[in-house]
Amino acid sequence: MQMVCRIMAAAAVCLIASRCEAGEGPFFITYTHQMEEPGNLEFTAKNASGKPGDGNPFLATAAEFEYGMAGWWTTELYLDGQGTGSESALFTGYRWENRFRLLWREHWINPVLYVEFENINGADKTLLEVVGHDGVADLEAPNSDARQEKQREIETKLILGSYFKGWTIAENIIAEKNLSHAPFEFGYAVGISRPLASLAKPDRCNLCRENFQAGVEVYGGLGTHNDFGLHATSHYIAPTVSWSLANGTALQISPSFGMTATSARFLLRFGVSYEVAQFGRAVRNWFHGSRA
Amino acid sequence: MRLRAILLAGCLLAAAWTRERGLLSQAPQNAASVRNPFEKDEEAERAGAKLYLRECAACHGSDREGHGRVPRLNRPDVREAPPGELFWILRNGSLHYGMPSFAHLPEPQRWQIIAFLRQSTARRTTPVPNGPNR
Repeated sequence: MQMVCRIMAAAAVCLIASRCEAGEGPFFITYTHQMEEPGNLEFTAKNASGKPGDGNPFLATAAEFEYGMAGWWTTELYLDGQGTGSESALFTGYRWENRFRLLWREHWINPVLYVEFENINGADKTLLEVVGHDGVADLEAPNSDARQEKQREIETKLILGSYFKGWTIAENIIAEKNLSHAPFEFGYAVGISRPLASLAKPDRCNLCRENFQAGVEVYGGLGTHNDFGLHATSHYIAPTVSWSLANGTALQISPSFGMTATSARFLLRFGVSYEVAQFGRAVRNWFHGSRA
Repeated sequence: MRLRAILLAGCLLAAAWTRERGLLSQAPQNAASVRNPFEKDEEAERAGAKLYLRECAACHGSDREGHGRVPRLNRPDVREAPPGELFWILRNGSLHYGMPSFAHLPEPQRWQIIAFLRQSTARRTTPVPNGPNR
Protein backbone atom coordinates (compact mmCIF):
# COMPACT_ATOMS: atom_id res chain seq x y z
CA MET A 1 0.00 0.00 0.00
CA GLN A 2 2.86 2.33 0.93
CA MET A 3 4.54 1.47 -2.39
CA VAL A 4 1.38 2.31 -4.36
CA CYS A 5 1.12 5.65 -2.55
CA ARG A 6 4.76 6.39 -3.39
CA ILE A 7 4.24 5.61 -7.08
CA MET A 8 1.13 7.79 -7.21
CA ALA A 9 2.89 10.63 -5.41
CA ALA A 10 5.88 10.35 -7.79
CA ALA A 11 3.53 10.50 -10.77
CA ALA A 12 1.80 13.56 -9.33
CA VAL A 13 5.14 15.28 -8.71
CA CYS A 14 6.16 14.56 -12.31
CA LEU A 15 2.94 15.97 -13.69
CA ILE A 16 3.43 19.19 -11.81
CA ALA A 17 7.18 19.51 -12.12
CA SER A 18 8.12 18.72 -15.69
CA ARG A 19 6.27 18.55 -18.91
CA CYS A 20 7.09 19.05 -22.52
CA GLU A 21 5.24 19.14 -25.77
CA ALA A 22 3.09 16.10 -26.30
CA GLY A 23 2.07 14.53 -29.54
CA GLU A 24 4.01 13.29 -32.54
CA GLY A 25 2.18 14.97 -35.34
CA PRO A 26 -1.49 15.05 -36.09
CA PHE A 27 -1.99 11.43 -37.19
CA PHE A 28 -4.27 8.94 -35.46
CA ILE A 29 -3.45 5.84 -37.49
CA THR A 30 -0.20 6.46 -39.32
CA TYR A 31 3.04 6.17 -37.36
CA THR A 32 6.04 8.32 -38.18
CA HIS A 33 9.61 7.31 -37.33
CA GLN A 34 9.68 9.74 -34.42
CA MET A 35 10.35 7.84 -31.19
CA GLU A 36 9.43 8.82 -27.66
CA GLU A 37 12.33 10.55 -25.94
CA PRO A 38 14.14 8.25 -23.49
CA GLY A 39 12.60 8.44 -20.02
CA ASN A 40 9.53 10.42 -21.14
CA LEU A 41 6.00 9.13 -20.57
CA GLU A 42 3.18 10.30 -22.81
CA PHE A 43 -0.45 9.69 -22.01
CA THR A 44 -2.95 9.93 -24.86
CA ALA A 45 -6.67 9.30 -25.01
CA LYS A 46 -7.65 8.43 -28.59
CA ASN A 47 -11.37 8.38 -29.29
CA ALA A 48 -13.38 7.23 -32.29
CA SER A 49 -17.09 7.78 -32.70
CA GLY A 50 -19.57 7.02 -35.42
CA LYS A 51 -22.89 5.54 -36.42
CA PRO A 52 -22.28 2.52 -38.60
CA GLY A 53 -25.06 1.64 -41.10
CA ASP A 54 -27.84 -0.14 -39.21
CA GLY A 55 -25.87 -0.24 -35.96
CA ASN A 56 -26.11 2.01 -32.92
CA PRO A 57 -23.88 5.05 -32.43
CA PHE A 58 -20.71 4.32 -30.46
CA LEU A 59 -17.81 6.02 -28.75
CA ALA A 60 -14.62 3.99 -28.36
CA THR A 61 -11.57 5.07 -26.39
CA ALA A 62 -8.00 3.82 -26.33
CA ALA A 63 -5.96 5.04 -23.36
CA GLU A 64 -2.36 4.98 -24.47
CA PHE A 65 0.75 5.05 -22.24
CA GLU A 66 3.89 5.55 -24.28
CA TYR A 67 7.34 5.36 -22.72
CA GLY A 68 10.78 5.92 -24.23
CA MET A 69 12.92 2.99 -23.08
CA ALA A 70 15.90 4.12 -25.15
CA GLY A 71 16.53 6.31 -28.15
CA TRP A 72 15.92 3.30 -30.40
CA TRP A 73 13.10 1.63 -28.43
CA THR A 74 9.63 2.92 -27.53
CA THR A 75 7.05 0.81 -25.75
CA GLU A 76 3.31 1.45 -25.36
CA LEU A 77 0.38 -0.01 -23.51
CA TYR A 78 -3.18 0.56 -24.72
CA LEU A 79 -6.33 -0.07 -22.71
CA ASP A 80 -9.39 -0.15 -24.96
CA GLY A 81 -13.07 0.31 -24.19
CA GLN A 82 -16.26 1.42 -25.87
CA GLY A 83 -19.83 2.41 -25.23
CA THR A 84 -22.62 1.77 -27.73
CA GLY A 85 -25.99 3.52 -27.57
CA SER A 86 -28.93 1.30 -26.47
CA GLU A 87 -26.46 -1.53 -25.76
CA SER A 88 -23.65 -1.41 -23.20
CA ALA A 89 -20.26 -0.01 -22.28
CA LEU A 90 -17.38 -2.41 -21.85
CA PHE A 91 -13.63 -2.87 -21.58
CA THR A 92 -12.55 -4.55 -24.81
CA GLY A 93 -8.95 -5.48 -24.07
CA TYR A 94 -5.35 -4.35 -24.15
CA ARG A 95 -2.49 -4.02 -26.58
CA TRP A 96 1.24 -3.90 -25.95
CA GLU A 97 3.37 -2.49 -28.72
CA ASN A 98 7.07 -1.95 -29.23
CA ARG A 99 8.81 0.13 -31.87
CA PHE A 100 12.46 -0.30 -32.79
CA ARG A 101 14.40 2.23 -34.81
CA LEU A 102 16.60 0.39 -37.29
CA LEU A 103 19.04 3.10 -38.42
CA TRP A 104 21.14 5.12 -36.00
CA ARG A 105 21.16 8.35 -37.97
CA GLU A 106 18.62 10.42 -39.85
CA HIS A 107 18.32 9.50 -43.54
CA TRP A 108 16.02 10.56 -46.37
CA ILE A 109 13.84 7.60 -45.41
CA ASN A 110 13.92 6.03 -41.96
CA PRO A 111 12.61 2.56 -41.16
CA VAL A 112 11.14 1.54 -37.80
CA LEU A 113 9.98 -1.98 -36.94
CA TYR A 114 6.73 -2.26 -34.98
CA VAL A 115 5.59 -5.37 -33.11
CA GLU A 116 2.35 -5.50 -31.14
CA PHE A 117 0.48 -8.12 -29.15
CA GLU A 118 -3.28 -7.58 -28.92
CA ASN A 119 -5.65 -9.31 -26.58
CA ILE A 120 -8.99 -7.75 -27.44
CA ASN A 121 -12.48 -8.96 -28.22
CA GLY A 122 -14.68 -8.51 -31.28
CA ALA A 123 -16.51 -5.55 -29.70
CA ASP A 124 -13.38 -3.36 -29.90
CA LYS A 125 -14.21 -0.29 -31.99
CA THR A 126 -11.11 1.84 -31.48
CA LEU A 127 -10.11 1.12 -35.10
CA LEU A 128 -6.43 1.80 -34.47
CA GLU A 129 -5.72 -0.01 -37.70
CA VAL A 130 -7.76 -1.36 -40.60
CA VAL A 131 -6.57 -4.68 -42.03
CA GLY A 132 -7.84 -7.59 -44.13
CA HIS A 133 -11.56 -7.30 -44.83
CA ASP A 134 -12.40 -5.19 -41.75
CA GLY A 135 -15.54 -3.24 -42.50
CA VAL A 136 -18.69 -1.58 -41.32
CA ALA A 137 -20.33 -4.97 -40.62
CA ASP A 138 -17.87 -5.47 -37.72
CA LEU A 139 -19.11 -2.24 -36.16
CA GLU A 140 -22.80 -3.15 -36.56
CA ALA A 141 -22.63 -6.40 -34.58
CA PRO A 142 -24.29 -6.07 -31.13
CA ASN A 143 -21.89 -5.95 -28.18
CA SER A 144 -23.41 -9.07 -26.60
CA ASP A 145 -22.39 -11.16 -29.64
CA ALA A 146 -19.21 -9.37 -30.64
CA ARG A 147 -17.62 -9.60 -27.19
CA GLN A 148 -17.65 -13.42 -27.41
CA GLU A 149 -15.06 -13.33 -30.18
CA LYS A 150 -11.51 -13.40 -28.79
CA GLN A 151 -8.82 -11.71 -30.85
CA ARG A 152 -5.32 -12.60 -29.72
CA GLU A 153 -3.17 -11.24 -32.47
CA ILE A 154 0.38 -10.31 -33.36
CA GLU A 155 0.60 -7.23 -35.52
CA THR A 156 3.74 -6.10 -37.28
CA LYS A 157 4.37 -2.91 -39.19
CA LEU A 158 7.17 -1.54 -41.23
CA ILE A 159 7.11 2.20 -40.59
CA LEU A 160 8.87 4.42 -43.09
CA GLY A 161 9.23 8.10 -42.33
CA SER A 162 10.81 11.16 -43.92
CA TYR A 163 11.04 14.88 -43.28
CA PHE A 164 11.25 16.98 -46.42
CA LYS A 165 11.26 20.78 -46.42
CA GLY A 166 9.01 21.00 -43.38
CA TRP A 167 6.71 18.17 -44.49
CA THR A 168 6.37 14.92 -42.56
CA ILE A 169 5.71 11.94 -44.81
CA ALA A 170 5.02 8.48 -43.40
CA GLU A 171 4.10 5.10 -44.84
CA ASN A 172 3.10 2.03 -42.84
CA ILE A 173 2.82 -1.51 -44.18
CA ILE A 174 0.85 -3.76 -41.83
CA ALA A 175 0.69 -7.56 -41.41
CA GLU A 176 -1.50 -9.03 -38.69
CA LYS A 177 -1.93 -12.66 -37.62
CA ASN A 178 -4.58 -14.01 -35.33
CA LEU A 179 -2.85 -16.57 -33.11
CA SER A 180 -5.65 -19.06 -33.72
CA HIS A 181 -6.13 -20.58 -37.16
CA ALA A 182 -6.59 -17.53 -39.36
CA PRO A 183 -4.69 -16.25 -42.36
CA PHE A 184 -2.39 -13.23 -42.30
CA GLU A 185 -4.26 -9.96 -42.84
CA PHE A 186 -2.67 -6.96 -44.50
CA GLY A 187 -3.22 -3.22 -44.44
CA TYR A 188 -1.59 0.12 -45.04
CA ALA A 189 -1.58 3.69 -43.80
CA VAL A 190 0.06 6.73 -45.35
CA GLY A 191 0.10 10.29 -44.12
CA ILE A 192 1.50 13.70 -44.86
CA SER A 193 1.50 16.74 -42.58
CA ARG A 194 3.25 20.01 -41.80
CA PRO A 195 3.13 22.74 -39.16
CA LEU A 196 1.30 25.92 -40.15
CA ALA A 197 4.45 27.94 -39.39
CA SER A 198 8.02 26.74 -39.35
CA LEU A 199 9.42 29.68 -37.39
CA ALA A 200 8.70 29.94 -33.64
CA LYS A 201 7.53 33.18 -32.10
CA PRO A 202 9.68 34.50 -29.23
CA ASP A 203 6.76 34.68 -26.79
CA ARG A 204 4.94 31.85 -25.09
CA CYS A 205 1.65 31.50 -26.94
CA ASN A 206 -1.30 29.20 -27.46
CA LEU A 207 -2.75 30.47 -30.69
CA CYS A 208 0.38 31.08 -32.76
CA ARG A 209 0.53 29.16 -36.02
CA GLU A 210 3.61 27.16 -35.05
CA ASN A 211 1.43 25.26 -32.54
CA PHE A 212 -0.87 23.87 -35.25
CA GLN A 213 -0.15 20.97 -37.58
CA ALA A 214 -2.39 19.93 -40.42
CA GLY A 215 -2.28 16.87 -42.60
CA VAL A 216 -4.16 14.08 -44.23
CA GLU A 217 -3.92 10.33 -43.83
CA VAL A 218 -5.28 7.48 -45.92
CA TYR A 219 -5.57 3.96 -44.53
CA GLY A 220 -7.27 0.70 -45.31
CA GLY A 221 -7.16 -3.07 -45.66
CA LEU A 222 -5.40 -5.12 -48.32
CA GLY A 223 -7.16 -8.45 -47.85
CA THR A 224 -5.65 -11.63 -46.48
CA HIS A 225 -2.96 -14.13 -47.39
CA ASN A 226 -5.62 -16.17 -49.27
CA ASP A 227 -7.39 -13.22 -50.83
CA PHE A 228 -4.92 -10.39 -51.24
CA GLY A 229 -6.06 -7.19 -52.91
CA LEU A 230 -8.64 -4.43 -52.70
CA HIS A 231 -11.73 -6.61 -53.12
CA ALA A 232 -14.25 -6.07 -50.27
CA THR A 233 -11.87 -3.94 -48.24
CA SER A 234 -12.36 -0.67 -46.35
CA HIS A 235 -10.48 2.53 -47.07
CA TYR A 236 -10.63 5.88 -45.37
CA ILE A 237 -9.35 9.37 -46.05
CA ALA A 238 -8.96 11.62 -43.02
CA PRO A 239 -7.88 15.24 -42.84
CA THR A 240 -6.37 15.85 -39.43
CA VAL A 241 -5.33 18.79 -37.26
CA SER A 242 -3.38 18.97 -34.01
CA TRP A 243 -2.95 21.87 -31.62
CA SER A 244 -0.22 21.99 -29.00
CA LEU A 245 -0.93 24.25 -26.04
CA ALA A 246 1.81 26.11 -24.22
CA ASN A 247 1.15 24.06 -21.05
CA GLY A 248 2.24 20.86 -22.80
CA THR A 249 -1.17 19.45 -23.73
CA ALA A 250 -1.92 18.54 -27.35
CA LEU A 251 -5.38 18.21 -28.90
CA GLN A 252 -6.15 16.39 -32.15
CA ILE A 253 -9.22 16.01 -34.30
CA SER A 254 -9.79 14.12 -37.52
CA PRO A 255 -13.00 13.40 -39.46
CA SER A 256 -12.61 10.16 -41.45
CA PHE A 257 -14.58 9.49 -44.63
CA GLY A 258 -15.14 5.96 -45.90
CA MET A 259 -14.23 5.54 -49.56
CA THR A 260 -15.76 2.13 -50.32
CA ALA A 261 -19.10 0.44 -49.72
CA THR A 262 -17.46 -1.79 -47.09
CA SER A 263 -16.24 1.22 -45.06
CA ALA A 264 -18.17 3.09 -42.39
CA ARG A 265 -19.44 6.25 -44.05
CA PHE A 266 -18.09 8.64 -41.40
CA LEU A 267 -16.00 8.42 -38.23
CA LEU A 268 -14.94 11.26 -36.00
CA ARG A 269 -11.65 10.83 -34.17
CA PHE A 270 -10.45 13.14 -31.44
CA GLY A 271 -7.75 12.90 -28.84
CA VAL A 272 -5.81 14.60 -26.12
CA SER A 273 -2.25 13.92 -25.00
CA TYR A 274 0.11 15.05 -22.30
CA GLU A 275 3.78 14.26 -21.98
CA VAL A 276 5.65 13.94 -18.70
CA ALA A 277 9.33 14.64 -19.29
CA GLN A 278 11.89 12.41 -17.58
CA PHE A 279 9.26 10.37 -15.79
CA GLY A 280 11.70 7.45 -15.51
CA ARG A 281 14.35 9.58 -13.81
CA ALA A 282 11.83 11.03 -11.35
CA VAL A 283 10.62 7.55 -10.40
CA ARG A 284 14.22 6.29 -10.05
CA ASN A 285 15.09 9.26 -7.84
CA TRP A 286 12.01 8.64 -5.76
CA PHE A 287 12.95 5.03 -5.04
CA HIS A 288 16.62 5.84 -4.65
CA GLY A 289 15.66 8.45 -2.08
CA SER A 290 13.55 5.92 -0.21
CA ARG A 291 16.57 3.61 0.20
CA ALA A 292 18.85 6.35 1.53
CA MET B 1 54.11 2.09 -10.57
CA ARG B 2 54.01 5.89 -10.72
CA LEU B 3 54.08 5.74 -14.54
CA ARG B 4 51.06 3.41 -14.50
CA ALA B 5 49.19 5.77 -12.20
CA ILE B 6 49.97 8.72 -14.47
CA LEU B 7 48.88 6.74 -17.57
CA LEU B 8 45.67 5.66 -15.85
CA ALA B 9 44.90 9.22 -14.75
CA GLY B 10 45.63 10.42 -18.30
CA CYS B 11 43.27 7.82 -19.76
CA LEU B 12 40.53 8.78 -17.30
CA LEU B 13 40.93 12.47 -18.11
CA ALA B 14 40.90 11.72 -21.85
CA ALA B 15 37.76 9.58 -21.45
CA ALA B 16 36.06 12.31 -19.43
CA TRP B 17 37.01 14.93 -22.05
CA THR B 18 35.80 12.71 -24.91
CA ARG B 19 32.52 12.08 -23.11
CA GLU B 20 32.06 15.79 -22.41
CA ARG B 21 32.88 16.69 -26.02
CA GLY B 22 31.24 13.45 -27.22
CA LEU B 23 28.71 14.37 -29.84
CA LEU B 24 30.54 17.45 -31.08
CA SER B 25 33.39 15.23 -32.22
CA GLN B 26 30.98 13.00 -34.17
CA ALA B 27 29.79 15.69 -36.59
CA PRO B 28 31.40 15.37 -40.04
CA GLN B 29 33.86 18.08 -41.06
CA ASN B 30 31.69 19.50 -43.83
CA ALA B 31 28.89 20.19 -41.29
CA ALA B 32 30.99 23.00 -39.78
CA SER B 33 30.74 25.11 -42.93
CA VAL B 34 26.92 25.47 -42.73
CA ARG B 35 25.92 28.92 -41.42
CA ASN B 36 23.02 29.76 -39.12
CA PRO B 37 20.61 32.14 -40.90
CA PHE B 38 19.61 33.51 -37.47
CA GLU B 39 23.09 34.10 -36.04
CA LYS B 40 23.01 37.00 -33.52
CA ASP B 41 19.31 37.63 -34.25
CA GLU B 42 17.88 38.59 -30.84
CA GLU B 43 14.33 37.58 -31.69
CA ALA B 44 15.53 34.16 -32.85
CA GLU B 45 17.52 33.76 -29.64
CA ARG B 46 14.39 34.46 -27.58
CA ALA B 47 12.38 32.03 -29.67
CA GLY B 48 15.24 29.54 -29.27
CA ALA B 49 15.08 29.97 -25.49
CA LYS B 50 11.38 29.12 -25.59
CA LEU B 51 12.00 26.08 -27.79
CA TYR B 52 14.94 25.01 -25.63
CA LEU B 53 12.70 25.02 -22.58
CA ARG B 54 10.10 22.89 -24.37
CA GLU B 55 12.37 20.43 -26.14
CA CYS B 56 15.71 20.26 -24.30
CA ALA B 57 15.43 21.52 -20.71
CA ALA B 58 13.91 18.32 -19.33
CA CYS B 59 17.25 16.55 -19.90
CA HIS B 60 19.86 19.32 -20.10
CA GLY B 61 18.38 21.51 -17.36
CA SER B 62 16.61 24.84 -17.64
CA ASP B 63 19.95 26.63 -17.15
CA ARG B 64 21.82 24.22 -19.49
CA GLU B 65 23.60 22.83 -16.45
CA GLY B 66 23.25 19.14 -17.44
CA HIS B 67 22.31 16.27 -15.17
CA GLY B 68 24.15 13.04 -14.37
CA ARG B 69 25.20 11.54 -17.70
CA VAL B 70 23.48 14.29 -19.69
CA PRO B 71 26.14 16.85 -20.67
CA ARG B 72 25.83 20.51 -19.74
CA LEU B 73 25.36 22.92 -22.63
CA ASN B 74 26.62 26.09 -20.95
CA ARG B 75 30.21 25.11 -21.77
CA PRO B 76 32.41 27.42 -23.83
CA ASP B 77 33.05 24.70 -26.44
CA VAL B 78 29.30 24.42 -27.09
CA ARG B 79 28.89 28.20 -27.27
CA GLU B 80 31.83 28.41 -29.66
CA ALA B 81 31.04 25.30 -31.72
CA PRO B 82 30.35 25.88 -35.42
CA PRO B 83 26.56 26.22 -35.80
CA GLY B 84 26.58 23.60 -38.55
CA GLU B 85 27.98 21.00 -36.12
CA LEU B 86 25.25 21.76 -33.59
CA PHE B 87 22.66 21.57 -36.36
CA TRP B 88 24.00 18.16 -37.39
CA ILE B 89 23.69 16.94 -33.79
CA LEU B 90 20.10 18.21 -33.47
CA ARG B 91 19.14 16.54 -36.74
CA ASN B 92 20.74 13.16 -36.08
CA GLY B 93 20.87 12.86 -32.31
CA SER B 94 22.85 9.91 -31.05
CA LEU B 95 21.18 6.69 -30.08
CA HIS B 96 24.50 5.67 -28.49
CA TYR B 97 24.46 8.62 -26.08
CA GLY B 98 20.66 8.50 -25.62
CA MET B 99 20.15 11.81 -27.43
CA PRO B 100 17.06 11.67 -29.66
CA SER B 101 16.88 13.18 -33.13
CA PHE B 102 15.05 16.51 -33.36
CA ALA B 103 14.57 16.26 -37.10
CA HIS B 104 10.80 16.49 -36.53
CA LEU B 105 11.24 20.17 -35.65
CA PRO B 106 11.12 22.43 -38.69
CA GLU B 107 14.61 23.47 -39.80
CA PRO B 108 14.17 27.17 -38.84
CA GLN B 109 13.21 26.16 -35.28
CA ARG B 110 16.36 24.06 -34.98
CA TRP B 111 18.42 27.10 -36.06
CA GLN B 112 16.59 29.21 -33.46
CA ILE B 113 17.64 26.76 -30.72
CA ILE B 114 21.23 26.96 -31.96
CA ALA B 115 21.10 30.77 -31.97
CA PHE B 116 20.07 30.54 -28.31
CA LEU B 117 22.80 28.02 -27.42
CA ARG B 118 25.49 30.16 -29.04
CA GLN B 119 24.40 33.57 -27.78
CA SER B 120 27.10 35.51 -25.99
CA THR B 121 27.22 35.58 -22.20
CA ALA B 122 26.53 39.34 -22.19
CA ARG B 123 23.22 38.94 -24.04
CA ARG B 124 22.13 35.67 -22.46
CA THR B 125 18.39 35.05 -22.49
CA THR B 126 16.98 33.08 -19.59
CA PRO B 127 14.13 30.74 -20.55
CA VAL B 128 10.97 31.60 -18.65
CA PRO B 129 9.08 28.40 -17.75
CA ASN B 130 5.72 30.03 -17.07
CA GLY B 131 5.83 33.26 -18.98
CA PRO B 132 2.57 34.95 -19.99
CA ASN B 133 0.63 33.53 -22.91
CA ARG B 134 0.08 35.79 -25.88
